[in-house]
This record gives sequence, structure tokens and C-alpha cells, in this order.
Amino acid sequence: MRAFANLLDRLAFTPARNGKLTLLRDYFADAPDPERGWALAALTGVLSFTAAKPSFIRKAIEARMDAELFHLSHDYVGDLAETVALVWPAKHGANREPELSEVVDTLTHASRAEVQRLLEGWLDALDADGRWALLKLLTGGFRVGVSARLAKHALANMGGVEVGQIEEVWHGQRAPYEDLFAWLEKRSDKPSTDNPGRFRPVMLAHAIEDADFAKYEAKDYAAEWKWDGIRVQAASERGQRRLYSRTSDDISGSFPDVIEALNFEGVIDGELLVMREGSVASFNELQQRLNRKSVDLALLARFPIGIRAYDILLDGEEDVRALPFAARRRRLEAFVAHANSPRIDLSPLQPFSSWTELADLRAHPPEGDPQIAEGLMLKRWDSIYEAGRPKGPWFKWKRDPHLVDAVLMYAQRGHGKRSGYYSDYTFGVWKEDANGDRALTPVGKAYFGFTDEELKQLDKFVRDHTIERFGPVRAVKANKDFGLVLEVAFEGLQRSTRHKSGVAMRFPRINRIRWDKPAREADALSTLESLLEKEL
Amino acid sequence: MVKPESILCPSPQGLYCPPGDFYIDPVRPVARAVITHGHSDHARGGHGAVLATVETLAIMQARYSEGFAGSADAVRYGQATERNGVEVTLVPAGHVLGSAQAVIRSKGLTIVVSGDYKRRRDPTCPLFEPVRCDVFVTEATFGLPVFCFPDASHEIEKLLKSVAQFPERTHLVGAYALGKTQRVIRLIREGGYGQPLYTHGALASMNTLYERFGIDLGPLQPATVENAKKADFAGAIVIAPPSALEDRWTRRFADPLPAFASGWMRVRARARQRHVELPLVISDHADWGELTDTIKELAPGEVWITHGNEDALLRWCTLNNQPARALRLVGYDDEEGED
Repeated sequence: MRAFANLLDRLAFTPARNGKLTLLRDYFADAPDPERGWALAALTGVLSFTAAKPSFIRKAIEARMDAELFHLSHDYVGDLAETVALVWPAKHGANREPELSEVVDTLTHASRAEVQRLLEGWLDALDADGRWALLKLLTGGFRVGVSARLAKHALANMGGVEVGQIEEVWHGQRAPYEDLFAWLEKRSDKPSTDNPGRFRPVMLAHAIEDADFAKYEAKDYAAEWKWDGIRVQAASERGQRRLYSRTSDDISGSFPDVIEALNFEGVIDGELLVMREGSVASFNELQQRLNRKSVDLALLARFPIGIRAYDILLDGEEDVRALPFAARRRRLEAFVAHANSPRIDLSPLQPFSSWTELADLRAHPPEGDPQIAEGLMLKRWDSIYEAGRPKGPWFKWKRDPHLVDAVLMYAQRGHGKRSGYYSDYTFGVWKEDANGDRALTPVGKAYFGFTDEELKQLDKFVRDHTIERFGPVRAVKANKDFGLVLEVAFEGLQRSTRHKSGVAMRFPRINRIRWDKPAREADALSTLESLLEKEL
Repeated sequence: MVKPESILCPSPQGLYCPPGDFYIDPVRPVARAVITHGHSDHARGGHGAVLATVETLAIMQARYSEGFAGSADAVRYGQATERNGVEVTLVPAGHVLGSAQAVIRSKGLTIVVSGDYKRRRDPTCPLFEPVRCDVFVTEATFGLPVFCFPDASHEIEKLLKSVAQFPERTHLVGAYALGKTQRVIRLIREGGYGQPLYTHGALASMNTLYERFGIDLGPLQPATVENAKKADFAGAIVIAPPSALEDRWTRRFADPLPAFASGWMRVRARARQRHVELPLVISDHADWGELTDTIKELAPGEVWITHGNEDALLRWCTLNNQPARALRLVGYDDEEGED
């Protein structure tokens, strides 16, 4: 438990992805079985205990400590589990510290009544960090910023394999993952991937660059729209139906309507979209269906989901990933036709004869669905379906982003490499009030898009023009006569009740710093609002 | 029976002893002062006559230069001095080099002013010495049950493990210039780390002073080398005052990993507020256990609480039938503001 508690403690305070990867990799390499396997399960959200409730924990501490002292402590710390972890009276030599595996094993079999006694015994034996880890394990939610994806990356680093290989075996593995670790430590062969309905690593694309058009010939590529939903893999294999995100998360539970529609034998790659009578809806509508633990019938009816198919990986029992795209495409067309489902359609190819012609298509998408596509995808006719992001066979060619000129209002210090810099910027646009007075209203936050050199200049600007400080945040001078204009690029806009301005941007970043532009000439909120109407 | 308030009482300038006509750690210039230790909120410049330990006077001199006081009276631990029937003795408080409790004896009463103190071993100063007394005047900087500090050596282990794990980064340890810095350095040395430690310029004078008093800090180098390349500090441990952690100064280092050695790091939100990646719970103050154990051990007639989180400590005294009151002295910072 101690090593796991130390790991959690470090993860909680390490913001950078690479730092977290190092901590996880080292832990997995050092901790013994089955301890590390349970840790992996706990971090990836596989474990859940229902026997221990916060009220339990409160009762336990109240029996040990004066209520007023506890109240003063809780008031100061804020978080209940953390407070209890800190104030729990030490009982030296009380017990042996429990191992994580012991805790998991016991909790799985213990009755509700037993849990209270066990929990108290463990709390007596652990130190403050251990108690925190235990209480968070029991009540759910470490909030240490580790996704299943990140944990898999750390496993890949530990074993010196591609993350795609981890994803391939992942869904056949169960906690505490001893076979998986044995393979990563080269003590045994790769676990079998013959699990029907398993995830297959997806193929991704690089963004095309201007120079690429000279390097590659138009006739070698097929083009299709890049639909604005979420990329998925739909598997229906020997009775197992699964829907995966491109990062291998099993999202079947959120989409019973889609699962029901997988009346085929095979695996396809496509875009998950809200679809109504063959037309697709915007990403904003799809969001109503994402990250939901339960789905009710009203939601299913209001936001019907379908898959627009891009590719095929398994046709019947035949793995077709090694076939060239042209051949797979013919397979896919037949496959979709045969499935004959209103929830599955084909992403149509867009014929073109030159890059210029394709550029024109991208700039002027025809009426209908292409209007809300994210851009175009280019796929070499002869490309096989390979895991990862190889350079050359596939490209994405996104539409130009929306741009808005906004004024820098607040800046916050960054983390890690940027800890000495003000690198997170909140920007605003002009809003007119009832009297016709104009004031800035914040519309978004961006923390990338600029070069290191520009970061230095922005940081200097923030320091030189700070008007107020709130902890790590500084308010920057910004009014009609003075302010720094930032050209912000973003992918889309949606209404938001959480933001004062009523709009929220997707993927905002600093496109250019407009040192030259007077603050008064920055855009108004009405400009953004008009975009909103166009989008919806 | 004499009332202790006639021997020591709170005043706007600090604790005052009317019969001896002196103040303890006054926050404003006074004619006669007893100084418990060298931290700037306790040891201010500009007093007339100052009584303190040799070490504390040396610290004041280093900080405020020669004329820091009209006259200075240096004493050793345990050496009693007397004025108008009031006897003052300084005994170790275990807080920092030279730190002392002021033991005041008059008319058969003993009052101990602990100053800031801790009960743990500190390789840079002698251990706190408990003195039987009628009134124990205590601090309460960490006077909440949540403050239960781990072994400092355990925290240093965390630091050294991180240095091994992240050799491409510079570990930047925030530590107060007087006391914490030298204790952390000694602990790092005890942890088996023999390589040069790099220090911020603001730490140099106290480090030199500690070394003059015989505390071996091992090889130290300035972290302010002109034209140093970022890579020079990769894998190094750099010690700096906490205020420098988020300063532009940190940009000279390779991907700095901010650590902070302070009792406040016990609470996650406090560590997060300061953007600390490696909180090191190391304090020169007594934690909750030390505060309450000390009161239990001394069992004084009364406990007076000078500054800090007094509410919880008062509650504890009530629960334990220990007469106590809060003096609510102003002008003393918690660890945050020190330096």
C-alpha cells in the first residue's frame, strides 16, 4: 500500500504527461504482483466498492475525536477524506500495514458490517498518505489525472512495446493482470488476442502540410469528408458486440442503439454521429450523448446515433487490414449494403483530378452534410490499414479555423517548463450593454499556439501591465485605449450557460499576436453570436 | 500569590515584563529587548539594548549589519542574567540555530516563553529543553490536528528518489533562508547525497554563518553562475527562497521541478496553490502532537498562546482541563511570511 500511496501522491502533484508516465512506468516496474495489477485496476477505474460510504468514515472519526476539533480541521482542509487521513490518531504498532491486494481482496468478499471494522484497523496501521489512498480507493475518484490511455502508455514504455499492442490484448485481460506483466517483462509470450469483439489499434493521419502537395500525386489518393463526430470502431464478432473510442475505451454502454444495429459479422471503422434520416447533425448535438453513465429512452429518441463508415478491418472472419485501401473500400461498400441498417451508412468518396480541384471542394463544400464536415481526409489507394500514425498513407486536411480578434484580460502561470511564465491566457471581446457602453467579456482561454519566443514576449507584457493579482492569476490592463489583441483560432462555437458570455469555443489557440492592432478594434460578442446561429 | 500578569503581559509592542522593563521579541523598536531567535518577525532591528544568544546576535548582525541595536548582550544557553529582581535564562528551543526559550523567574514564579519551537531532532541546533514552569507561553503556528508531520528523513528520501527518477530535470527546493535551508542541506547530506548543492544568492550569508558555527553543509555552489547552460543544472538540486520558486529566476534551469520544504505542505490545497510538484513536509515548528505533548509534559499552571491557530489548541486545553488563554499577539507571521 505504501508504494501505491506514494505513487498517488506524486501523480496528484505532477501535471505533465511525461512526468506521470515516468512515475507510472517506474511503479509498474518496481512493484510486485499482484499489487501492481490492482493498482492498475484502481487507476483505470475498473475497481469499485460500494460497501464504504463517506458517512461510514465520518462515524469512525467522530468516535475517535472531539467533534469541535474535527470541525475546525475539516473547515481548514476542505476535503473530508483528506481531513480524516490527516487527523486519524496514530496507533503505533497497532497492526501490520495492509497491502493493496489484501484490501481489494478483503473488500470484495466482506459484508457491509465487516467493512467498518476492517477499515478502522487499516486506518490505524497506515500513515497519512496511506490513509488518503485507502479512503480515496474506497470512496472512488483519486483525481490524480491518470486516464486508462495514459496507464496503457506507461505499460508500453515499461515493456518496450507499442501502445497498440497493449490495446490489442487489453480487453482480454482481467485484474490483477499478471499475464500482461509477465509478457511485458518478457517472462512469457504475448497473451492471446483471440478475444471476439476485441479492440484493434486504429490507423491515424497526419495533418497535411503545404510542401506535401508537391511530394505526393493526386491520383494516388482517395478523398472523403472528415466528419465531425467521434472516431469509433464497431465490432461484432461471434456474438460479441462492442463499440470502442479510438483510444480503445469501451463505450458500448452509452450507445445501446448503436450496439443493437451491429447486425453483422465483422469490424468497421467510422464516425459516430447524430443521424436523422441520412443527414448528420453537429458535434454539439452529439455531445448530449457523450460521457453518460445511463441513457434514457427520451435521449435515445432525441439524439439518434449512427455510424458513418470509413473502413473495414474484419469482413466476416477475414482480417482485411493487409489489403490495400482500394480493395477494402470495395469490401466496405458491399458490407454496408448488406448490413442494410438505417444506423450505418457509407462515407462517400469525393472524386477529384488535381489538388487544386480538391482545394476548391474543401473551400466550398456543397450543401448538406459536407457543410459541417471538419475538412477532408486523403487516403492512398494502396495503403494497408496499419496501427498508429504513419506518415504518407493518410492525411487530414482540415477546414481553416474560425478566427476572432480578442483582447488579453487575464493570465495564469503555467506548470512544469512554464512554471516561471504566464502562459495561460483568458481573452475577451467587446460587449455592448443597455446604455451602449462597451466592456470586455471573457470568451475563452488558450495556452498554446505561440512559439517560445512569443511566450517570452507575452509573459513580459503580462508582468509589465498587471493591474491586479488573484493568487496565480493576474489581471492585465485592457480597455478601449490600451490592450493586447490576440488573434484566436478555434474550431467551433457552442452556447454555454456556464460562461458569462454565453458561448464556449472548441479548441481555441493563439493564432497570431496582433501587437499592431488597437484594442478598441477587436471583435464584438455579436460577431461570435452570428457564427453561432450559422452553425446551429 | 503574585499574578503572572504582573511579571509578563501582552502589549502592542509585544510581550512586556514591567518589573524588568524589557520586551520579548518586540515588533517595534524598544529600549530593552530579549530576542528568542533570528527570524525577522521576532528579531527586528533598531532596539536599544538586546539580550540574545551568541548565535542569534550573529544572525541579527548579518541581517541588519553592525548597528542593528544600541548594545548587545550575548549569553550562552543556561546562563542567567538578572535585572530588578527578574532573572532571565535562555534555554534551547530547537527551532533554528541560536533559538531559545526565555525563562523568566521573579517572586517565586517561573514563566517560559517558548518562542517558536519544535521537539524533533535537528542536526543544526540543540534539542528543545523542557523547563518546569507556572506559565508556558506557546506558539500555535500549526495548532490544528491535521498537522502531524512525518519524519523529515522520509521527506528527503522522496526528494532523492525523485532526483534519481527525473535526471533530466532540475529539482528546485524552496526553503527559508534561516534554518530551513541549512536543515534541509544537512538532511540531504545525511541521506547520502554528496554532490554539490546549488544555492540561490539570497541564501549565501546564512549558509556561511551556519558554517562558521561549525555546521558542515558539504560542497555548495552558487546557482547564479553567469552564462550557465540550462543543461548544467539538469539532475541538480537547487535550493532557493520560496519566493524565487515562481520567479523569472527559475528560467535558467532545465525543466524545473518545484519542491517546497514547509509544514504547510501537509495540506494538499496549500501545495497546489503554490504550484508545488513535490511537497516536502518539513517544518521547524512544533506540529499538533508536539504542541499538545509538550503542554502535557510540562503541565503548567497556565498556558498562554501567542500566535497561530489558537482556537483548536484552546479547545484541546479545555478538553484536557488545562487552564489556557489566547494572547492574540499581532505582528508575527506564520512560516509563509518569514523572510
